[in-house]
Amino acid sequence: MDSLLNEARPPVFCPGCSHERITHTLDKAFRQMGLTGERICMVSDIGCSGLFDTFFHTHALHGLHGRALTYAAGLKLARPELTVVVTMGDGGQGIGGAHLLAACRRNLNLTLLVLNNFNFGMTGGQYSATTPPGAAVGSGFLNQLERPLDVCEVAKAAGAPYGVRCSAYRNDLPDVIQRAIEFKGFAVVDIWGICPGRFSKRNRLTPKAIEESVGRLAPAEGLIAANQRREFGEHYRELAAAQRAVPPPLAVTPRFAPVSAVRQEVLLLGSAGQRILTAGELLCLAGLYAGLKATQKNDYDITVLRGPSISELVLSPEAIGYTGMSQPTVVVALGPEGVARRRKIFETLTAASVVIQAAGVEIPAGAARIHRVDFKAQGFKPQDWALASLGVLAKLNVVIRPEMLEAALAARLKGEVLSGALDTVRRVAPGDWAAA
Amino acid sequence: MALTLMEGNEAIARGAVAAGCRFFAGYPITPATTILNHMLAMLPPLGGVCIQGEDEIASIGLCLGASMAGMKVLTATSGPGISLYSEQISFAVGSEIPIVIVDIQRLGPSTGSATRGADGDVNFLRWGNSGGMPVIVLAPADVADCYTLTVHAFNLAEQYRCPVFVASNKEIAMTRETVELEHLNAPPIIERTPAAIRPHLPFQTAAGEQVPGFLPIGGQTLVRQTSSTHGPDGYITTEPSEIARMLDRMKQKVEGAVERFSFVEHVPAEGADTLILAYGVTARAAGAAARMLVRQGRPVSLLVLKTLWPVPEAAIRRAVGDVKRVVVVEMNLGQYVHEIERVLPGRVVSFCGRMDGKLIAPETILEAVTHG
Repeated sequence: MDSLLNEARPPVFCPGCSHERITHTLDKAFRQMGLTGERICMVSDIGCSGLFDTFFHTHALHGLHGRALTYAAGLKLARPELTVVVTMGDGGQGIGGAHLLAACRRNLNLTLLVLNNFNFGMTGGQYSATTPPGAAVGSGFLNQLERPLDVCEVAKAAGAPYGVRCSAYRNDLPDVIQRAIEFKGFAVVDIWGICPGRFSKRNRLTPKAIEESVGRLAPAEGLIAANQRREFGEHYRELAAAQRAVPPPLAVTPRFAPVSAVRQEVLLLGSAGQRILTAGELLCLAGLYAGLKATQKNDYDITVLRGPSISELVLSPEAIGYTGMSQPTVVVALGPEGVARRRKIFETLTAASVVIQAAGVEIPAGAARIHRVDFKAQGFKPQDWALASLGVLAKLNVVIRPEMLEAALAARLKGEVLSGALDTVRRVAPGDWAAA
Repeated sequence: MALTLMEGNEAIARGAVAAGCRFFAGYPITPATTILNHMLAMLPPLGGVCIQGEDEIASIGLCLGASMAGMKVLTATSGPGISLYSEQISFAVGSEIPIVIVDIQRLGPSTGSATRGADGDVNFLRWGNSGGMPVIVLAPADVADCYTLTVHAFNLAEQYRCPVFVASNKEIAMTRETVELEHLNAPPIIERTPAAIRPHLPFQTAAGEQVPGFLPIGGQTLVRQTSSTHGPDGYITTEPSEIARMLDRMKQKVEGAVERFSFVEHVPAEGADTLILAYGVTARAAGAAARMLVRQGRPVSLLVLKTLWPVPEAAIRRAVGDVKRVVVVEMNLGQYVHEIERVLPGRVVSFCGRMDGKLIAPETILEAVTHG
């Protein structure tokens, strides 16, 4: 096989840099594998390792510091047949640590070569995530305070199925890289090398010293038995193919006359867990069955089953502009948390407004007509009060009518849930107007 | 007539799929999460890919990789996520990578209020890239717009090879409303133009064109992509004239084309001396206020901007005509109003704003027009 090196752009590293050696080694691995340039994409980021993409006649994507694995994952998911090789320095590994962990956990078929030379070469030899505390680097005393990170140990802990720690001067490095590329899954090769421009100016480091340092650590030579599992892309496509297509959205053909020819506003005030939002959606659907436009704007806390739950609903024969409440036709007070959050609205209500007040829920004074319903005495659980209150509105012919509501229930619910809901809205006794 | 109840986020997801988007990556964040949910339900059965990234930076990075492989890509987040996207947005701008980015704005600053709306990011979206290059920002006012403008956003991203933002708001994104799906006005789908010149240089433009033709990474022709300052060949350049040509072209391709995608709705009123200018969810209250004023015998015109950036200056000047006063209404403490002041020197421009998690009510706008 021909070399994939770009003759027009030979390596431009400082004399003696191990990156240059790795450039030729990678080319040798590609040649051994018989790969042609259009079958490979080199993905790199910032720093000296970020020059790699320019030296090869392959596809290339050079991006932001530490983010190479993010682009590589997108490329590989879009083009599974492409061989994607990522080069990253110890700097990129540090700034993009979250992406290394995610790549290990995900196990997409990518090869990551960490060109680890223990410092930030390009910016002046500052300390990186792999700088030994005893080294003299361009960050003053700061590297003495932090423990260097072992890329292979981290990768193993994060679930990488393949990891190699080795010297850039290892004789069989082309074979090491070839095996990593051929591994079907995420493979990390942590290659220790010498930065003559910065690091080895102030620290004695030789190929022999690197070999000895690597030799003192627990070996990382490829397959990590405990982390073997399916490759992400293939697994993804298998699970994705088994997913069922989403049905088209519910489309309602109006078949009833609306109750009112003007804008109606309904405010449902309850507590989390009272199915306020579902009731709001059902009220809107009921409106749609009468040819009305509807909006539903909800307000709730991020907690589940705690705090207020509020739904602001507008039904109108005309296009709805403002989706907020200006003068509610109806306020339904079902829970103290919702009432507390909208206290101020009660004093703005006039006698034109109706308040459906669940027995046991206190409401502030106001001019609205109050309609009291004892849902509890009628045997309804609090999570059904909102639905039951729609039944009350329908029976009173306020905003909706029974046939609109039942059509909405039939469209939204099925089976026993539907029959239970129909029973609730039919069975509820509408209660009484409070004395003025 | 068939009526559907739908929230804005679902309409964005459906618009994206209709536009040919088959790759989504995002990270959960209120109020944008339901876009991720809908894309996860829709894309895999279509053979597409939907991924939850390890963070926002990864999510947009995944999208950029997939876009360079030739796919139409979408990501969605809120203000805190746009902050994290920023360096990748700069990459997409400077390296001409098509992508649609949805910002479901919520009340800021910072993590602010997850479930409260605002339009506080409109200047951030424009200026949040290093280098200050122009971007395209579209702003829906309702659920139907969410669908239509998302299709437009994909068309623009493909056509101009750039990031295109859809600047929505919690108040549209998570509010359900009635839409008539068969009446949604989506434009014909536009695909990115394949590069025709050989040998292929990834950033070379054909004569008379300002957007380079595209070839995907992974195809038969080798493609280079880089975030560094580059010449037409995609290799680093330090030649000032080459750099200037490249950056002028990127600026011009977007700013010079804005007349072709100046989406505005102008509702003129006979004899009006004032025009209300609004965008996003606020445009709906502005419309209600304008109608109330007309009914009261005080005619007021309305201009709703759906293209925010580049500023559709010509469309704004045409709509404003000889109106004496422009009232700019925004769900923030005053951002776009400064663009209007710039575009309309010598005209009375007043501001009506609010940023406390509440919608601006029609009555507030009416008051600003009458007594402001």
